[in-house]
Amino acid sequence: MSPEELRDLYQSVILDHSRKPRNHGEIPPPCLHAHGDNPSCGDEIDVWVKLDDQNHIADIKFTGQGCAISQASASMMTVKVKGQSTAAAAAMREDFRRVVMGDGKPQDEDALGELTLLEGVQKFPQRVKCAMLGWRALEQALEAPAR
Amino acid sequence: MDWQRIRDDFPILQQEVNGHPLIYLDSAASSQKPRSVIQALTHYYERDNANVHRALHALSMRATDGFEAARRTVARFLSAASENEIIFTRGTTEGVNLIANAWGSANLKPGDVILSTGMEHHSDLVPWQLAAQRTGATLKHIPVLDDGTLDMEAFEKLLTPEVKLLALVHISNSLGTINPVREMCAKAKALGATTFVDAAQSAGHIPLSVEDIGCDFLAFSGHKICAPTGIGVLYGRMAVLENMPPWHGGGEMILTVTLDSCTYKAPPARFEAGTPDIAGAIGLAAAIDYLEAIGLSNIEQHGLQLASHALEKLGSIEGLRILGPKTGPRGSLVSFHCDFAHPHDIVEWANTYGIAMRGGHHCTQPLMKRFKVPGTTRASFYLYNTTHEIDRLAEVLESARKFFS
Repeated sequence: MSPEELRDLYQSVILDHSRKPRNHGEIPPPCLHAHGDNPSCGDEIDVWVKLDDQNHIADIKFTGQGCAISQASASMMTVKVKGQSTAAAAAMREDFRRVVMGDGKPQDEDALGELTLLEGVQKFPQRVKCAMLGWRALEQALEAPAR
Repeated sequence: MDWQRIRDDFPILQQEVNGHPLIYLDSAASSQKPRSVIQALTHYYERDNANVHRALHALSMRATDGFEAARRTVARFLSAASENEIIFTRGTTEGVNLIANAWGSANLKPGDVILSTGMEHHSDLVPWQLAAQRTGATLKHIPVLDDGTLDMEAFEKLLTPEVKLLALVHISNSLGTINPVREMCAKAKALGATTFVDAAQSAGHIPLSVEDIGCDFLAFSGHKICAPTGIGVLYGRMAVLENMPPWHGGGEMILTVTLDSCTYKAPPARFEAGTPDIAGAIGLAAAIDYLEAIGLSNIEQHGLQLASHALEKLGSIEGLRILGPKTGPRGSLVSFHCDFAHPHDIVEWANTYGIAMRGGHHCTQPLMKRFKVPGTTRASFYLYNTTHEIDRLAEVLESARKFFS
């Protein structure tokens, strides 16, 4: 790791999201909810989702604790998927996974927008699970029974 | 003491990581190995390797001699009354599980209390949770005060005649607190309780004597005291060991076997089923010889000096809060919380500058909850570390503070 690679990992946009997370908080029921954690490091993210009758994400909020990468990635995710269909969010999740794992080209790079700033994670394989934590929680929330 | 020369005994430290000289500050997780230990392993595998206690050929006898000599070295190291009180294990975790299963199943029943503390490593917590589930005994914990020491008033109240076992960490791996194990074991014994001391962080760091502590059991891991991974020690007072049933069954631990039953050997063999880690035991003896040649009191002093230096240097960084005792004796580690960044971000940052630290809950989740932190960053020291390395750590932490704030 060089200091340059480290600064790629912690770009100013990412640090901004970790300091001032967007869509932070809970959505009162009825909504979908899931809790995600990385037991090895103790990072936690809770995601709350409200779908409209067209299966679009009408609202999404998250809370959590953990490293700058996990919290910023979750914050950036909520901004991106809000208003999207659940299918589009799932596609975005797969594209995002490719970016952070360096696993081929994303199908729709434009849709990812500033999420591609997290591609610095590629150089830090042990941090992939941090970047994916919010997305994993979102996936679980969308499969969870409404409450 | 020429600590720089001691540093040269550790080949692994002579390398760069990410373009910087390696600064290894993670010895509480696992220590590095001096050349003499590595050579002992090589010598064993190149000349003496065979199974122990079963063949009459020359190699088996040499392997057996080396293995049993290692047991005597450990007995001397701990001031045990006899080498037969030394059981070789895989590490501290296996030692605790052995007691929890073998001693626990024979001695615990509903209504009994296992008394432990709120600062135990998961390895001295989960085995007791399992033992409590199996036997119906209750597990209680002595609370931890804000300064990182145990609540001794609460201890006195919790210490009732129902307490059958006191299980207690000597030096906290997360706080650096040194618990008054001698005083606490004496009080527990006065009430007839059996006592266990987790010495994973104290063995090899400070002079250790089971005679002085007065405990019935004590466990430590070889890999934290310059020995290889995979070898550890459980000390048990013979009067207690003699009355314990075996835990693992297999070869080496039996006298006679029929298809329906068997009789067991006396301790320690009763608790060492199967082929042991022979090379590991020989490596452990080499590590103990190495540490004793330097002197445990010298190592203790050096460790305290490093910890004090770290308290002063790191303590002056804005937004950095050190957990555990701020004055007096403490283990050779400093665990801290930074309000400007999460432990994993700090550890990643430091790694870029060649500094190895651990960030997270350190296998003490209840303690992290107690201090309301998601985790801490821990810099832990050993005989090969220098105050200069701590100065460098302080600089790198200061740069992290500027970057993340």
